Amino acid sequence: MIIKNGINIAREKAYLGERLNKEDALRLYEDNDLLYLAKCARAMKECKSGKKVFYIVNRHINLTNICSSNCPLCAFQCRAGDNRGYTLESEDIDKILAEVKNLKDLSEIHIVSALHPEKPFEYYVDVIKQVKTSLPDVNIRAFTPVEIVNFSRLSSKNIKEILEILITAGINSLLGGGAEIFSDRVRKIICPKKANAEEWLNVMKTAHQLGIKSNASMMYGHIETIEERIEHLIRLRNLQDETGGFQAFLMFPFHPLNTELGKEYNIKRIGAWEDLKMIALSRLILDNFDHIKAFWVMLTMPIAQLALTFGADDLDGTIGEEQIIHAAGSKEFKGITKKYLHKIITESGYEPVECDSFYNYKG
Amino acid sequence: MFGTFTEIERKIINDKRLSREDGIKLFSCNELSWLGALADYVRKKKCGDIVYYNVNCHVNLTNICTSLCKFCAFGREENAKGAYAMSVDEVIAVVEDAMNDPNMSGLHIVSGLHPSWTFEKYLEIISILHKKFPNLYIKGFTGVEITHFAKISGKPIKNVLFELKEAGLQAIAGGGAEILSDRVRNLLCPKKATATEWLEVAEVAHSIGIKTNASMLYGHIETLEERVDHLIKLRDLQDKTGGFQTFIPFPFLPKNTVLGKEVKQTSMWDDLRTMAISRLMLDNFKNIKAYWVMLTVPVAQVALNFGANDIDGTIHKETILHDAGATSPRSLKEDEIIKIIHDIGRVPAACDCNFNILRLIN
Repeated sequence: MIIKNGINIAREKAYLGERLNKEDALRLYEDNDLLYLAKCARAMKECKSGKKVFYIVNRHINLTNICSSNCPLCAFQCRAGDNRGYTLESEDIDKILAEVKNLKDLSEIHIVSALHPEKPFEYYVDVIKQVKTSLPDVNIRAFTPVEIVNFSRLSSKNIKEILEILITAGINSLLGGGAEIFSDRVRKIICPKKANAEEWLNVMKTAHQLGIKSNASMMYGHIETIEERIEHLIRLRNLQDETGGFQAFLMFPFHPLNTELGKEYNIKRIGAWEDLKMIALSRLILDNFDHIKAFWVMLTMPIAQLALTFGADDLDGTIGEEQIIHAAGSKEFKGITKKYLHKIITESGYEPVECDSFYNYKG
Repeated sequence: MFGTFTEIERKIINDKRLSREDGIKLFSCNELSWLGALADYVRKKKCGDIVYYNVNCHVNLTNICTSLCKFCAFGREENAKGAYAMSVDEVIAVVEDAMNDPNMSGLHIVSGLHPSWTFEKYLEIISILHKKFPNLYIKGFTGVEITHFAKISGKPIKNVLFELKEAGLQAIAGGGAEILSDRVRNLLCPKKATATEWLEVAEVAHSIGIKTNASMLYGHIETLEERVDHLIKLRDLQDKTGGFQTFIPFPFLPKNTVLGKEVKQTSMWDDLRTMAISRLMLDNFKNIKAYWVMLTVPVAQVALNFGANDIDGTIHKETILHDAGATSPRSLKEDEIIKIIHDIGRVPAACDCNFNILRLIN
């Protein structure tokens, strides 16, 4: 009887858009009423962004895939000396920028990379300066907290100093990646060498205090428990209560192909049902986040489109050339057009809105 | 929240039949989760939590076809590259290979309309298979093939069906319905059974105790009104005979077909709404199938929450739709199907071609 009451309370809270605690969220997960979650999540989405669905014209740049972290969850990274390894030097970046300059309506450059074992912090600062000089009007969203922590380790500067230098060089916002699952138990297995949960959250807190906005993320569908997913979301919500600096939350279903983790634990790509359930549940738990992003590269476009009816209000962007997830076997094409995004959004009954990194409308 | 749709919602809750206008209105609705919830409500009330599947083997006797419909990437002319026609021994070899699965329970046999095969040849194949594999059910031939058999043998539909039944056929496949509109059929498949002929085969089969399936191929040149009219034609016949077992919506796969250049593949959005609306319109059908080969496995799994209660089978080796660029695997293992169903909290039931439950997997 107590459990039954519990689920009824949780369902009512979800319906009214009230704050869910951990037990409520677990009950809703176990209740498994996908379309009820969709209805509640969609109502919350419409309270926050009405009928609008946002997207951005952006371009991804991945500076290097040579990594000292070697997380078992990743298919992008390789060790120094591997013949798949590459690192972009300033001439390479000049070439990319020359090409990018011709992109109509470009709003954002998105830079995320491996933790190169030898490149000093100055290399990254110079890249940012180079991009800023070439594209002064374009926002630079660069680096995850994992990279920021790596810069701090490399340079013996503290997080705040690192961020201040990068802000001066030209970054406008931070990426949300590298959060994976906050649980120490899980991180020891999937990404033992990189920034831990406290470090990740601390970078975000410091950035928000310096006036830099960021996204947040979760990678699920590997070895984590449902409880660990929900605890992860609640830690993000707690920090958001404190700083208000998170813009969008992104969910990354784990792509097991070509990863050590996938092989060792014999993990299969999680189903669409689970993806949609987590989109809706994240929307409901993260009641203080303005935006839930359906990152189509990872979800695949059909599921990303469907996610718009499960509470997502942001389809990310045109992307240009994405390499990290394609290394892990993602089959989605590498870039898409504005026209296609419009079609996808319009078909879902929503209104496509092109925006910049800060959700200011464009056009 | 749902504006003008509340009246439709009321009808559904009160078990009232939806009209043609209601169906058209539903196709204009973007509230996908609402549509899904209504279809899921009806599914639950009518079928409970069981999801049907088959451990089955598809056999496509030949891809040589006189019809060469514009939406098909499987059929070809006799001397074309890749054309094949199986001998009886080859058919037996395929089935013997499938029998390595100890749970193998039946066959699904559909093929091109071969220009020189006689009706007796088909009868012989069914008869041999039935004798050699008496424990396998045999579902085979669409309304289009049965019409073709009547033409080549000069026998009435009823006699063709009787003879096939005597030989061991237990159910008729649901394909070939496409869109039951003369306008569409004249443009896409003028050489094969007309809408009236397809419906006639189903009606006659039902009258002599053979159950059949029904289907709709959508997402090509048809209008949304034509989809609704198609569903209503099936519903009307079902009122009369009650002989349809399951309805299968087929999204058109354009790759490698004549239409491929003009038509883009349907979106998951369209697939799920069509699934839900089919469940809502076909109030006298017990089962709605999420055919994973065409929908892909992820969409088929989600479709089980949009009105479907049947996910088709393991298939052994699918050919027809993989010729049209289907990206799904050619077969699924039984434990994969069970997992897809268990993951969403439903109860898998292995069944035969007449929806008799063989094994319930708790």
